[in-house]
Amino acid sequence: MTYALQTRNLFKRFGGFLATNDVTLNVAEGARHALIGPNGAGKTTLINLLTGFLEPTSGSVILKNEDVTRQPQHRRVKRGLARTFQINRLFADMTALQSVILAVNERRGIAGHWWRPVSAHGEAIDDAASLLSQLGLLEVAHVPTKDLPYGKQRLIEIALALAAQPSVLLLDEPAAGVPTGESRELFETIARLPREVTVLLIEHDMDLVFRFADRISVLVAGALLTEDVPDMIAADPRVREVYLGDAGHG
Amino acid sequence: MTRRDASRWHPAEYAFWALPIVAYFVFPDHLALLAQIAIAALFAVSLDLILGYAGIVSLGHAAFFGIGAYAAGLLAQAGWGDPVLGLACATLAAAVTGFATSFLVLRGADLTRLMVTLGVASMLYVLANKLTDITGGLDGLQGVEMKPIFGQFAFDLYGKTAYVYCTIILFVMFWIARRVVHSPFGLSLQGIRQNAVRMPALGTPVNARLVAVYTLGAAYAGIAGALLTQTTQFVSIDVFSFSRSAEVLLILVLGGIGSLYGGILGAVVFMTVHEYLSGIDPLYWQFWLGLLLIVVVLFARGGIMGTLRLASKVRA
Ligand SMILES: Nc1ncnc2c1ncn2[C@@H]1O[C@H](COP(=O)(O)OP(=O)(O)OP(=O)(O)O)[C@@H](O)[C@H]1O
Ligand SMILES: [Mg+2]
Repeated sequence: MTYALQTRNLFKRFGGFLATNDVTLNVAEGARHALIGPNGAGKTTLINLLTGFLEPTSGSVILKNEDVTRQPQHRRVKRGLARTFQINRLFADMTALQSVILAVNERRGIAGHWWRPVSAHGEAIDDAASLLSQLGLLEVAHVPTKDLPYGKQRLIEIALALAAQPSVLLLDEPAAGVPTGESRELFETIARLPREVTVLLIEHDMDLVFRFADRISVLVAGALLTEDVPDMIAADPRVREVYLGDAGHG
Repeated sequence: MTRRDASRWHPAEYAFWALPIVAYFVFPDHLALLAQIAIAALFAVSLDLILGYAGIVSLGHAAFFGIGAYAAGLLAQAGWGDPVLGLACATLAAAVTGFATSFLVLRGADLTRLMVTLGVASMLYVLANKLTDITGGLDGLQGVEMKPIFGQFAFDLYGKTAYVYCTIILFVMFWIARRVVHSPFGLSLQGIRQNAVRMPALGTPVNARLVAVYTLGAAYAGIAGALLTQTTQFVSIDVFSFSRSAEVLLILVLGGIGSLYGGILGAVVFMTVHEYLSGIDPLYWQFWLGLLLIVVVLFARGGIMGTLRLASKVRA
C-alpha cells in the first residue's frame, strides 16, 4: 500500500502538557480517512504538525514518501498538501473572488508576478469563479468577506484550500457553524473530489463520519487509541466508552 | 453585475495628474516648494508600499531616503553630476540597503519592527556623523554640482527644471507602483497584511514577498532622497533624522494609507500647511500642525483619501 501522508512517533509538548503523544499515523493514498476524538484530544494540533503550522517536539512527518518535517508550510502546500482551519482564517477586506484568486494565483505560480494586473490573468480568474460556483458562492463573489454570514465565510475557508488543487486535503471540522442545508452541499462538494485526492477529515458529527469515511482513527488525550474501518470502530467498546464519557458528541 | 476593474485608470485620476501641470502655471513663484512637495510625495508613496500594502510599520524609513541622498550627493561631488546616473546609483544603493536590512523586519510584531527600523536609521545617522571626511558630518555634504539633465536642461534659480524633473520622476514611479499594487504580487501583499498567518497555508512564501516589497520601498525612498540632493545641491545629515522618518509617517497617515494617492495628497496638504503656518507663526506652527493631525486621525478615519472616498460614496 502506498501512503499519502504518514507520521512516525510524533510528539508535541506545550510546556508541561503533552498534546500529541507518540502518534504514528498512516493515511493511504486516495483514502477518505476520518480523525475523531473528544474535545481537546489533539486533533487540530495533529493537523498543525502535519502542515508545518507547528513544529513537532520530536518525530517526523512524511508526505508522499518524502520527509517534510523540516519543510515550511508553503513548501508542503506546493507538494500538494492543503488544509482548512477549524476557526476561519480569512481576508476580511477582500471579496470572496479576490480571496480565491489569491489562492489560485499561488497554485498557478503567478502570485509573484508584479507587472500585469490581476485582471489580466484570465485563467486564474476563471478557475476562481468556477470554484466559487461549485460552492454556491458565485452570487456573493463581490461581497467583502467581513460582510458575509458565517456559513458563507466557512465556504470561502474551504474554497481557499480547494484552490490549491491538493492531492492531500486536511479538513478540520469543515461544517462547523454552517447551516444544515449548506453543510450538505459542502459535503457533496467534498464527496465529488476526484478519487485520487486523499482526504483526512476531522468531524464531530458521527453520521457524517460514518457516511463519508472508509477508515477512522480515534485520538484520545494526544494518543491514537485505535484505527480501523468504520464498522469495527462502531463496534469497538473502547471507542464507545470514550464517547459515552463525553456526552457532547456521539 | 459589471465591476469596475481597479487596475484601469479612473477619470478622476487623469484629472488629478493634470493638477501638477496647472500648478506650474498658477504658482510660478512657488516652484521650489512644489518640487519639495513632489519629493515628499514620492517618499510617502515609498512608505505606503511597505506599510499600506504589506503592513510593515516603520519608524526608520529615512534610512533609505538618506542613503539615496548621500549616494547622489557623493557621486556628484566626485564629478559624476549627471542627474539620471545619480538617480540610478541612489536607487541601487538604497535597494541594497533595504534588501540587507529586510531580514531584520521579517520576524516580530509591529513593536519589534518599529524598534528595528528606528535602530537602523539612527545607526546610519551616527555613521554619517562619524564619517566627517566623507559626509561632511553635521556641516553637511558640500560641493554637490549637478550637470544639466540629459546634458540639456540645467537646474535654474526659479526651480523650473527641478519642479518638472521631480514631477516627472514622481509620476513615472507612481505609475510603476500602481502597476505593482494591482498585480498578483500586490494582491498577495494585501493578503499578507490582512492575514499573514493564513498565507503560508495557501503556498505563499511570505518572507520572500516581504523582502521583495521592503527592497522596493527602500529603492523608492532612495530616489526621493536623491531628488532632494539634486534639487538643493546639498546633503544635510538630517536626511537620516528621526523627524524625517516620523514626518513621512505623518504625511501618509494624514493622506490615508494603502491607496498610493493618500501619500501624495498628504504631502500636498502637509507641506502647504507647514509652509503657511511657519510663515504666520514661526514659533508655534508645530502646535497647529499637531492639532491638525489629531483632528484628522480622530475624525477623518482613512485620512484625506478615506474622507474623499466616503464623500464620493455618499454622493453616488
Ligand atoms: N498553542 C498551544 N499552547 C498550549 N496548549 C495548546 C496549544 N494548542 C493546543 N493546546 C492544547 O492542546 C490540547 C489539544 O488541543 P487541540 O486543539 O489539538 O484539540 P482538538 O482535538 O482539536 O479539540 P476540539 O475538538 O475542541 O477542536 C488542548 O488541551 C489545548 O488546550
Ligand atoms: Mg480542533
